Amino acid sequence: MDEEHVPAQPKRTLGGWLLIAVPYLWLLVFFLAPFLIVFKISLSQVAISIPPYTPTFDLAEGWQGLVDSISGFTFDNYIWLTEDDLYWKSYLSSVIIAAISTLLTLVIGYPIAYGMARSPQSLRPTLLMLVILPFWTSFLIRVYAWIGILKNEGLLNQLLLSLGLISEPLTILNTNIAVFIGIVYSYLPFLVLPLYASLERIDGSLLEAAEDLGCPPWKAFWKITVPLSLPGVIAGCFLVFIPAVGEFVIPDLLGGSNTLMIGKTLWSEFFNNRDWPVSSAVAVILLMILVVPIVLFQNQQQKMSEKDG
Amino acid sequence: MTRGPTWFNITSLVAGFSFLYLPIVLLVIYSFNESRLVTVWGGFSTKWYASLLHNDQLLDAAWVTLRVAFVSACLATVIGTIAALVLVRSGRFVGRSLFSGMIFAPLVMPEVILGLSLLLLFVAMDTSRGFWTVMLAHTTFAACYVAVVVQSRLVGFDKSIEEAAEDLGCPPVKTFFLITLPIILPGVIAGWMLAFTLSLDDLVIASFTTGPGATTLPMKIYSQVRLGVTPEINAVCTILVGLVTIGVIAASLVTKRQQVQKERDERAAFGAEG
Repeated sequence: MDEEHVPAQPKRTLGGWLLIAVPYLWLLVFFLAPFLIVFKISLSQVAISIPPYTPTFDLAEGWQGLVDSISGFTFDNYIWLTEDDLYWKSYLSSVIIAAISTLLTLVIGYPIAYGMARSPQSLRPTLLMLVILPFWTSFLIRVYAWIGILKNEGLLNQLLLSLGLISEPLTILNTNIAVFIGIVYSYLPFLVLPLYASLERIDGSLLEAAEDLGCPPWKAFWKITVPLSLPGVIAGCFLVFIPAVGEFVIPDLLGGSNTLMIGKTLWSEFFNNRDWPVSSAVAVILLMILVVPIVLFQNQQQKMSEKDG
Repeated sequence: MTRGPTWFNITSLVAGFSFLYLPIVLLVIYSFNESRLVTVWGGFSTKWYASLLHNDQLLDAAWVTLRVAFVSACLATVIGTIAALVLVRSGRFVGRSLFSGMIFAPLVMPEVILGLSLLLLFVAMDTSRGFWTVMLAHTTFAACYVAVVVQSRLVGFDKSIEEAAEDLGCPPVKTFFLITLPIILPGVIAGWMLAFTLSLDDLVIASFTTGPGATTLPMKIYSQVRLGVTPEINAVCTILVGLVTIGVIAASLVTKRQQVQKERDERAAFGAEG
């Protein structure tokens, strides 16, 4: 971390320490500790008991109990993940689907953010509000709304049939195309907001200077606007890509039986097969895949917030 | 970046916002459909709203959801605001990077991982699952959103007012309530609302961490959606969308008025000086 940007060290009182302790302990208990437990259970074996895995660590048995439970750890679940095609195919297809959707979101989101940044100053708060509003409405509802549109006898097919553009209804629901539409639609605000923020900050005089010097508008766009909006593009893409990889609701409701996504696999492993150790192992690997983009995203966020401050 | 809007910009805005709003508008329209077939228009009717009132399961789920959302939003606002203060004001301390990491990670972490890990925590703690476990789970991830919202408000804040109060002998707690809190209040309120709606919306984390007797509204909607689209669900969704829309617009109007008032006060103050 850059030393200059850390706030000066204030004199810390007992109250100051307490202030730090409250959120810190909360997050340690409810965010970090659960991951350690997931990791531990991913090394356990499935058992017909409550909870459905073994070995369980019993505090009453003290040191011996700890030794016993560690010696009972196995990597069987991870080996299982490599043996069954389903898992690595799910990981791969989740990453591919998330990457394609992120790209589509960027292609659709960039003109929107650009149009907002170029709109009259007085109009911008309203436009901003219009982008934020769907973000506040339930994710589930927004995904559900698409089912009625994309169904075989849905509104889109009715429209296309009545216009005579198609003679037979298109099958869109329960395909990967519906999943792409769902992800782009649900995550669009996450990309537009940071992108708009960085586009709006661009100094208009730079573009004017380029124009005065005879640079055609499209070239000025490529040479000035695009590079300067890059922080927003990167932040927005991370905000779409990372959660999309682990998405469950969209592939489950809009995708078909051949839409493989790891969030769905984890869900059915847990709720249908009741195999807690394997679903924990699935989660650990998913986390390992996402750790790199998450750390990159955090570094970028830190840099951006320090620049603001 | 201010330049006149071009046709390209106007078209992309119109197309973009139609894409964002059309599905929701259609959903609302078809909640007033007489026909049970959701995609065939059979005339205007409010009968699906009336039938909601007799759907006890749905009403129960709504009540559970509202309670969870209210309690977790309040708790998350307290924890998140403190976390934001720590991030912006506490300088260096052991594990600062870990702390800020734990604040930002839940924002992008897939919900299936958060839900599974919290469930396994509750199982390890041997707590019975239900209202309280869902509430704690929602508090945890919502607190991170609150922290980010409040933090952005704290960053653009003139620290000299706080320092002046402390130089004049005002104890830190009093300074916080008299000076810091009123200034960051819009951020805190926005944070509370965000926490409330996040909890209201959440399906995945609630499904993992809930127990018997605590079915939330999204879980109920989800199990019905799997069976097919019905006008009743459209009606429930319309009510939820309506409430959230009113809430967000009201909140933005209030903050806007406050800002206008503040600017007027400042202008008056400077006018008096000169």
